[in-house]
This record gives sequence, structure tokens and C-alpha cells, in this order.
Amino acid sequence: MNWLDNLRIAVQGANSNKLRSALTTLGVLIGVSAVIILVAVGTGSSRAVEARIQALGTNTITVLSRGHFGRGPSVTGTQSQAAALTLADVQGISNPSQAPDVQSVSPVISTSETATYKGATTTASVIGSTPSYLTADDYTVEAGSTLTSADVANRARDVLIGQTVLSDLFATGTNPIGQSIQLGSSTFQVVGVLATKGTSGITNEDDVVIAPYTAVQDELTGEASTFTELLVQGKSSNTLDLTATEVEDILAAQDDTTVADLPFTVVNQATLLSTAQSTSSTLTVLLGAVAAISLLVGGIGVMNIMLVTVTERTREIGIRKAIGAPKRVILAQFLYEAVLLSLLGGAAGVAIGLIGSRFRIDGVQPVVAPYSIALAFGVSIAVGVFFGFYPANRAASLRPIDALRYE
Amino acid sequence: MSESTHPVSPAKRPVIELRRVVKTYYMGEVEVNALRGLSLVVERGDFVAVMGASGSGKSTLMNIIGCLDVPSRGSFWLDGVDVRTLDEESLAIVRNRKIGFVFQSYNLIPRTTAIANVELPLAYGGVKGRDRRARALSALESVGLSDRLEHVPSEMSGGQQQRVAIARAIVTNPSLVLADEPTGNLDTASSLEVMRLLSRLNATGRTIVLITHEADIASFAKRTVRLRDGNIIEDERHTAVDAPPPRLEPGPGLGPLIGAAVRSSTS
Repeated sequence: MNWLDNLRIAVQGANSNKLRSALTTLGVLIGVSAVIILVAVGTGSSRAVEARIQALGTNTITVLSRGHFGRGPSVTGTQSQAAALTLADVQGISNPSQAPDVQSVSPVISTSETATYKGATTTASVIGSTPSYLTADDYTVEAGSTLTSADVANRARDVLIGQTVLSDLFATGTNPIGQSIQLGSSTFQVVGVLATKGTSGITNEDDVVIAPYTAVQDELTGEASTFTELLVQGKSSNTLDLTATEVEDILAAQDDTTVADLPFTVVNQATLLSTAQSTSSTLTVLLGAVAAISLLVGGIGVMNIMLVTVTERTREIGIRKAIGAPKRVILAQFLYEAVLLSLLGGAAGVAIGLIGSRFRIDGVQPVVAPYSIALAFGVSIAVGVFFGFYPANRAASLRPIDALRYE
Repeated sequence: MSESTHPVSPAKRPVIELRRVVKTYYMGEVEVNALRGLSLVVERGDFVAVMGASGSGKSTLMNIIGCLDVPSRGSFWLDGVDVRTLDEESLAIVRNRKIGFVFQSYNLIPRTTAIANVELPLAYGGVKGRDRRARALSALESVGLSDRLEHVPSEMSGGQQQRVAIARAIVTNPSLVLADEPTGNLDTASSLEVMRLLSRLNATGRTIVLITHEADIASFAKRTVRLRDGNIIEDERHTAVDAPPPRLEPGPGLGPLIGAAVRSSTS
């Protein structure tokens, strides 16, 4: 008996009860498509998280005073004075002999102000910093000129505005360069427009106004105000841990304390990235595992139906054996049938999985992982072989005399 | 092979040779002796009717002759092959090549056309493509069903289904056609038709063992064997082995059948 004849018999068998075969394949279909879609969602969300962190810059370290991070011992009285990030800290970290791996350090004062231009208003986050902040935080100037060290030294009331601020304040076609806008009650001049950067988490990074920190101190937060954070750019993302250690040592020395008691939180972006990556890969594995269970259940469905089929067709098996079908041919026939069902389910599942992955799911754009297709499809065939073998073997092992007598 | 080859030359050796066959079943704790030392020899070209009441052991005998079951004791030579020495795979081959079954309940594969049913033993025997189709067509033609090739069993009458079963039984050109109450589910007209067909098959030289409990059906055979309690109580010959069967009537369909038999025996 050649395998093609036997396959034809198997197809006929699967075809003889269409509804039941369809329902059986549905089980595998759901399993396979669930694996593909859920792994795609997992991959998609991990890509999204990575992209957000990449947007922050992977070679930067953020030093936050504890009050801003909302963690650590509560700081009161004179201690709060000591816990502030000062210009001395900035100078210490930017000293190449103490911190050889630091590329630049940008002090940041952030606040939120109402921006007004000819009656149009918007609330923007105002960042007071130095020119190095733009590089460290990945901002580029799209039009006009950038901020310079001279602007910082001269306490110039010059600002760069983000795309959201631009569209909120200025009518389309208006050239904002050289225009004066109001931040709170102070007047600043727009010198440049930032290129769009998108969102980072819940923050719209285009809804921003960047000014020299000196001008922000003068006009908005008060001359004596300390920095909300320091953005430290490392020379290389590979030595970022080393850079972080240097920064911590300098800050500890400046504040006359130990690294363990440091009143600041030093956030290493690389650590953040790897934590996020491991979190999202755990998520992917978890989603995949849930989907794999549904694939397993689909496989058990195949086995169940094949057992029913074998029982139902006991007499037919007896007839086939009586007219000379060898054991292995009967085995192959039922195995083909089981694999055929799971294969059809697998193929349809891949199609549904690919279609399903095109839709945004809970704000995440799924990214289909090619390995998940191969895996799910391969497993669906393996499921057919594995779960088909027992029923097929049971059919093949029937004694013809018993099988023929079966009613 | 020396063990399993019959000492008598192939042309003369009997198709069936049972020697002191005992078959014991165990139904739970109870021991049932279905056959008790039965001996039977069936020569080539014979047409034997096996009769007996239910429980006489005729079904067990049929299963053993059909290689669906093996004797507990005693020996069984089928067409010169010692069946006891065969493993399951070889038994499947023997059933395929040497035996054609005709069952009381037809036992066609459901939802499968007449031609596909008849092709099936050839397919299991490894016959391929056009040859297979031609032999199946010829077998169906010989039972007068050339016009029912694409009909599935549920679209045919009992008589037609049984004729398809006969075509399936003879398509591999077996040494022995084993008919287990082939007319049990048929009306008189269809029964006669089936028996005429078997008579014609026998006339072309095919050995037939027929199991029945109807005297009228048994009268088509050349020899009647009666069983009781697992042994032969009467063995009566009506017609010589090499004579035509007693109730042979001339009819159509003989030609292609002889042709098929000659073709496959020379190939």
C-alpha cells in the first residue's frame, strides 16, 4: 500500500464527519493562534518599553534628590539643605580627574508653567539646563539656533520649544523664531524649535520648553533654587556602571557621607533597560506558556476525537484487517488522520494568528516573532503525532476477529 | 521455509488441511472448547458447505480457516503454508493473497464507492495505478455491477452490496473464497443470485468454503460437512471435486472472470 493511497483513506476518514473534524481542528487552531498572538503581544510590549528607554538615552545616569524620587528616609530641616543637588556637585562630577568616564553633566531644574503667545496658552514643562542636556537627552534642534554656554553664563531669556508647544501657541505657517512668549509672568524669546521626540511612558516629550537654568532660576524658581536632577552622560554605555560608581563616590565625598547613606538616587539607564527587558521577557514567556496550555488542550482534543473515531470505526478496522491490511498500514492511516487534523488546525491557526497580530491590543502593537510561528506550527504537528499515536496504535492492535464482531 | 512448506507438490496439495485442531476460549474463568480435535481436508476446486447449529463451532472454524484466529492445538496448512509459524504481518499477507472473505453483513467500507472497495485488497497488496483499476473493474464486471462503480454501499441493495463483496473477495485471485452465511441477510431472489455467482466462481476452479445453516443454500455445494459440539459429525459428498457444481446455471459474466483469473495467474 503506498502512502498516498493511505493518505487518501485518512482524508476520507476526516471528511466523513466534517463538523467533528472542524471542531477538532478548532482546538488546535485556537492554541496555535493564541501562541502566535500572545507571543507577539509580549514581544510588542517589550519592544515598546525598550524604545521608551532607548529614547532616554542608554548612556545616561540620572541623579535624583530623594524627595523627587519619593523613596528613602524622609528628609527634614537642615538635612534637606544637605540633600540638595548643587552647582558644587555639578562641578565635582564634571572634573575629569575624579570622573574620567563622564562625558558631560547637565544640571536640571524642571517646573511647569503656563506659556502664552498672543492670547494662546498652554501648560508646558519647563526645563532649565545647559546645552549638554540636549545631547544627553537626545533632543535635536530642527529650526533656528540652539542654546549655548554663553546663554547660560549671560542668563539669557532664550528658549527652545517642542513641537507640541509650537502647535499649541503658534498658528500654522507662523515662524516662531524671534517671537516672544510669556512663561508665567516672564518674557522669553524663542530661538529654536526642537525636532519631535514622541512620548516616553506617560510624558509627552514634545510638550516642553528648554531654557538656560540660570534664566529659569532668575525668572521662575528663584535664584537660590537647587537642581531637581543631574543628567550625567557617560562616555560609553558599556562603562555606565563604572560611571555610576564614580558619580556616587563624588557625591558622597561632596556631602561628607558614604555611598550607602547618599541622600540621592542614582538611576542607571542601562540597569533600567535590562530590568525592563527581563520583565518584558518574563511577560512574553508567561503569555506563551498560557497559550501553550491551550495548544496542549487542543492536542488532547485531537486525541479524544481520534479515540472516538477508532471506537466508532472498529468494525471498519476489522474489515480492513480481514482483507489483508497490515498493522503498520492501519497505524499510519489513523496517524495520518490525526496529523491531518492538527496540521489543518495549525495552518489555520498561523493564518488567524498573523491576522490577529495586525490589530493593536490594549495599546500594544503586537510584533510577530518568526520563531513563534515555527514553534506553534511545529508543535501542532508534534501534537498530532503524539496524541494520534495512542489511538492509532489502539486501532492497529485490534484483533481482526474482535473488531469484526464489534457492533 | 522447509518447516512451513507442505511436503506434497504445489499442484496436488490441498487448499485446507486441518489436523486435530483444538480451539479453547476462556470466557472469564470458564473454559470453552469451541473445536475439539477437528480434522478437515479441502481439495483444490472443491465447494464445501459447512453446516451446524449455533455453538457448533462453525464460526470458530471459519475464523481459523480465514487466518483471523489461530488454533490452540493441532496444525493448519493453508495452501501449503503452515499458518502457526506465521507472525501477524505474514498473516495479513496470507489473508490478502490467499483468502477472499464474503461476510453475512457484506462488510463493505462505508462511504466508499464500489470500485474503491474492490480496489482496497489490491492496494493493501501493493498493486498500483492502472493495473489495480483494471482488475477491480473486471471483478465488478464479473458480478454484473459495471454500472454501479461510483455508488457507495448505502446507495445499493443488499444483493448488490453482497455482489460487491464477492468482487472484492475474488479480485486478488485467492486460493480460497470463504463465505460466512453470505445469504443470511438477503431475500430469496438475491440469495439465489449470490449462490449462482458462487457456483460460477467454483466452476472456474476456485475453491469455496461456505458456512450456512440453510439446507437449500448448502445444496449448491459439492460436499456438506456438519458440525456439532466442535467436531465433524457428518461429511457427505454430492459431486466429485473436479465436476461442475451441482446447481450451476449458465449465465453472463463468466468470460471476464476466467480472463482475469488467467491473466493474474500468468503474471
